[in-house]
Amino acid sequence: MHNLRAIYIIWYREVLRFLRNRSRLVGSFGRPILFLFIFGSGLSPAMGGLTQGMAPEGGGIDFVKFIFPGIIGMNVLMGSMMSGISIVWDREFGFLKEILVAPINRTVVALGKTLGGSTTGVIQGLLLLVLAPLIGVSITAEMVVKLVPLLFLISFSITSLGVLIGSRMKSTEGFQVIMQFILMPMIFVSGALFPMRDLPSWMNILVKINPVTYAIDPLRKIIFEAQGLPASVLEMLPQAGLGVTLFGHAVTMGEDIAIIALFGAVMIAVAVWMFNIQD
Amino acid sequence: MAIIEVKNLTRKFGDLTAVDDISFTVEEGEVFGFLGPNGAGKTTTINVLCTLLKPTSGEAWLNGHHAVRDQAKVRRSIGLVFQEPSLDDQLTAEENLNFHAILYDIPASARAKRMEEVLKMVELYDRRKDSIKTFSGGMKRRLEIARGLMHYPRVLFLDEPTLGLDPQTRTLIWEYILELREREGITIFLTTHYMDEAEHADRIAIIDYGKIVALDTPDNLRGLVGGDIITVKTTDDQLAAQEISQRFGFQVNEGENGLHFEVQKGEEFIPRFVEQLPLEIHSISLHRPTLDDVFLKFTGRRIRDEELSAKDQWKARMKRQRRPHP
Ligand SMILES: Nc1ncnc2c1ncn2[C@@H]1O[C@H](COP(=O)(O)OP(=O)(O)O)[C@@H](O)[C@H]1O
Ligand SMILES: [Mg+2]
Repeated sequence: MHNLRAIYIIWYREVLRFLRNRSRLVGSFGRPILFLFIFGSGLSPAMGGLTQGMAPEGGGIDFVKFIFPGIIGMNVLMGSMMSGISIVWDREFGFLKEILVAPINRTVVALGKTLGGSTTGVIQGLLLLVLAPLIGVSITAEMVVKLVPLLFLISFSITSLGVLIGSRMKSTEGFQVIMQFILMPMIFVSGALFPMRDLPSWMNILVKINPVTYAIDPLRKIIFEAQGLPASVLEMLPQAGLGVTLFGHAVTMGEDIAIIALFGAVMIAVAVWMFNIQD
Repeated sequence: MAIIEVKNLTRKFGDLTAVDDISFTVEEGEVFGFLGPNGAGKTTTINVLCTLLKPTSGEAWLNGHHAVRDQAKVRRSIGLVFQEPSLDDQLTAEENLNFHAILYDIPASARAKRMEEVLKMVELYDRRKDSIKTFSGGMKRRLEIARGLMHYPRVLFLDEPTLGLDPQTRTLIWEYILELREREGITIFLTTHYMDEAEHADRIAIIDYGKIVALDTPDNLRGLVGGDIITVKTTDDQLAAQEISQRFGFQVNEGENGLHFEVQKGEEFIPRFVEQLPLEIHSISLHRPTLDDVFLKFTGRRIRDEELSAKDQWKARMKRQRRPHP
């Protein structure tokens, strides 16, 4: 019971800090808007209809609609990574000592931190749904219900990765490096921002071994499914590079989720283990 | 058994031996002080005692619990005020204390009452709903002391409790510390590099380069220096030094401010000295030995407040008043 209460209060602090921090809230909203409208509308004409010629009814998936799930994913990933490595802030600003010297074990600390980060990750993902009507994406209740647990799982995995990286880091100087040299490349080679069609083979391999790919894929599936597209268009998606194919087999949502869950389980296990090492 | 017992404790960081084979005990109810310059190993000792660092060798017991094998029990027995600030400045005073209370498993029924008690003790009860961001350095320190007391610890560790604070605030913090010792009857283990603060302790360990060089009550430590110290300046200090050692039989040292030597009952000695010294005296002064003199005697150096360079003082102050992080 004590452990559960401790996890709760560490979780609560994370959420409270997120909600109180205006700049983080604004950032988690402003960044995707920028991407969606500048990047999305700028490239849209060049990309044309992504499913053109595949569906006679002209199932309209333009580029902006295509990257929308990717941008939600990107936002969740960046927010989660930040939450995870914020453990380094706690260390640098002294608060971590207060936590570490309390009569609770470090597994509890890592779990509380990760669950807190996952919760704020879900919030950062869901917030973006308010942009959906502006780009002609419709929202259904079923879609939201499916998105919440999925976003949580994605966020949990990446927050764990953040905690893992932050567990031994002594200063915040490395933050930018991690964001730009680990997370951004993972996002770029995941199919979040461009269709995975006609990729050079080395890139294709990177995309397939990148766990983020399997986080973006189900997001896209859930959101596209809610758009009332004809079944024939949905079936075409992998072929159009809008879905993941592994060894000629179109990866299903269940498989996506299994892959992220496995990745998340490994990350949290290693994070807890690293965090338990005492100086 | 003593409330703190330390046996041959050593902690190394790579090649550096930060704490070097120290042993001591602290009795229940004592105010025990660690006095030493920056880098002497005070914080490292506390970190080992509070289970944040593992000792390289040696052992320690707190409240009868082993510092390595019974970490959870040790942690429940102690309260800590770290050298560096450790509040969450995005939270209010109350939220900080509540966080602590839950981590220390204080039952919900007792939480509110205890929070009120400790907040009133440090006179922050009226500010309990305010964000830490709005607190001054001294208020943050007081809140940290209150927080350290929340879970009724048997020992309260205070690592440089007044570092980076202005003199008035320092005095105020000391009033709280001495008062809570009366009220809560707990053992206090504190570190400082301020001589005058060490005087408040019942017993002091003087620590330098990781070793305890002396350990006793402030009075006894001063007694080790010998008598009072007389500093004198004359027209010819060299001749005077000769005279003093031959005529009066004292060992004379030359310092920046003139010659100095130790005598018993200095105030009675001065008139006789002035009369008998066959030289013109420019100035003469007497001072009772301080802990700084004790430190000088054992290490050949002085710890002064300047020991902490102006830059470090500034840094410490900035840290205390720092803006919240994102
Ligand atoms: N984590 C660490 N890694 C390496 N060296 C350290 C570490 N912590 C302290 N030291 C070194 O150990 C010595 C003692 O430090 P400390 O215990 O902080 O001294 P004090 O608190 O008396 O000022 C210093 O030389 C310091 O640089
Ligand atoms: Mg120190």
